[in-house]
Amino acid sequence: MRRWLPASALLLAFVGAWAWLASLPSVDDLTLASPAEVWGAFGDDRDLLLDNARVTLVEVLLGLVVSIVAGVTFAVAMHLSRTLRDATYPLLVASQAVPIVVLAPIFVLAFDYGIGPKLAIVALICFFPITVNVLDGLRSVEQDHLKLMRSFGASRLRTLRSVEVPAALPSFFSGLRVAATVSVIGAVFGEWAGADEGLGRLVLLGNNQLQTPRVYAGVVLLTLMAVALFTLVTLLERLTCPWNRSERTA
Amino acid sequence: MQTKVVAAAVEPPSETETSVAVRGVKRGFRGARREPLLALAGVDLHVGANEVLGVVGPSGCGKSTLLELVAGLQEPDGGSVEVAGRSTAKARRELCAFMPQRDLLLPWRDALGNAALALECQGVPREEARSRAAPLLERFGLRGFEGARPAQLSGGMRQRVAFMRTLLPGRPVLLLDEPFASLDSITRASMQAWLADALAGEPRTVLLVTHDVEEALFLSDRVAVLSARPGRVMQELEVPLPRPRDRRAAVTDPELARLRERALEVLGS
Ligand SMILES: Nc1ncnc2c1ncn2[C@@H]1O[C@H](COP(=O)(O)OP(=O)(O)OP(=O)(O)O)[C@@H](O)[C@H]1O
Ligand SMILES: [Mg+2]
Repeated sequence: MRRWLPASALLLAFVGAWAWLASLPSVDDLTLASPAEVWGAFGDDRDLLLDNARVTLVEVLLGLVVSIVAGVTFAVAMHLSRTLRDATYPLLVASQAVPIVVLAPIFVLAFDYGIGPKLAIVALICFFPITVNVLDGLRSVEQDHLKLMRSFGASRLRTLRSVEVPAALPSFFSGLRVAATVSVIGAVFGEWAGADEGLGRLVLLGNNQLQTPRVYAGVVLLTLMAVALFTLVTLLERLTCPWNRSERTA
Repeated sequence: MQTKVVAAAVEPPSETETSVAVRGVKRGFRGARREPLLALAGVDLHVGANEVLGVVGPSGCGKSTLLELVAGLQEPDGGSVEVAGRSTAKARRELCAFMPQRDLLLPWRDALGNAALALECQGVPREEARSRAAPLLERFGLRGFEGARPAQLSGGMRQRVAFMRTLLPGRPVLLLDEPFASLDSITRASMQAWLADALAGEPRTVLLVTHDVEEALFLSDRVAVLSARPGRVMQELEVPLPRPRDRRAAVTDPELARLRERALEVLGS
């Protein structure tokens, strides 16, 4: 409980500053809605917000699943084959240098208006942190552990399963934490490029229609979604890698 | 009684006529400033089948390097290493069970899982490997700690788990690198007694590296004393008492006392 206190205090201070800033006469109501107005929007537009949030959440979760499957598979393959790693690493980095904002409309053209382009964009953004972290994790194994496995006559697959994969788990979760946070941004980009539902689209539309409180309510929901995903990944890590925690506190 | 417990848990060695021959072995590394650093300067050792050879020497003289060479985890830069007459690294790895100086337990496996690891690597199914490791865990005073992760074990407990992991596959040659170094003196004495009994019941060829001259003399048929780096064998001492030895008799034995003085003298020179 103690640990939450500073964060809660800061959050409260932030909302306070926001309310104060919004109350200034020089600040346009269309630019900044007050916390009270945003709270009001949560009440008035409750169903609208929740329906659209559900759509975005599905895009985010499916995109994450795709990127986890692809990222882990790719990282393991790159780990096992030196040639593959050398050949694909530059491409992997390049895939992140491509400006997603530019790519999004092209994806929409290619996949039409449905969930496809959103998944593709979320997966494209999330794939990178997962692949890079899993690869680093697999290579972070202590050399002496590999030596030991060799002395036992362990097969490549056995060493991968018993030593390298468990050693890479904490890194995988670090990558997934980053991925979970940026996945929401990915879904919003995807919706901006073309969609008829979702929080990203709602925010864009609200902006055009000067419904400022609704826009802020949407942004708050998107933020909450990212924070919730981050927390979920952290909890999952604690459940799957208990040794990591006990070693740190030991 | 004790050896029976072990016999049930540990597979008997498939080959009993296993000697180790180290001939003129040289091994060098690169130092911190990339300067050449000779660890072993022509080591000659022979361990007969089912013989126990103790190896003592000052820190950094190449004892661990020597064990890794025999274990087939390194290749010598000069000379040759043979186990049971076979010199390929792969053959050596198959014949030797190597217990590294650091316990190297896997932090994500519990004590039982770590003890069973070498067995699993040989293709023994997980559950069977665990149930074969369980009696040893109990024998070594780790009952109730089967499910504890290495971080929850003391240094001495971890070392015992590593020791079990080495014994369980039943390889004919044991290469032990300071196996009892982090144990308190009482546990160490009991582990030494256990090892001596176990070897009497089920002979193996053993290379035992230790910094403890008394331990070497108590457990070994012969003790090789290495020089400071670059390591070479300065003297070999025969221990003329039959194994297993009684600790109390060993402490008061005048011959052992003389050998200990001799070893310390060589080490101090
Ligand atoms: N992989 C390596 N790379 C570079 N130098 C090494 C390597 N392994 C060993 N050495 C060097 O070789 C020498 C012998 O090392 P080794 O670990 O075999 O000594 P040791 O006799 O086991 O020492 P201790 O009693 O402290 O365990 C040391 O000077 C060490 O720095
Ligand atoms: Mg050593």
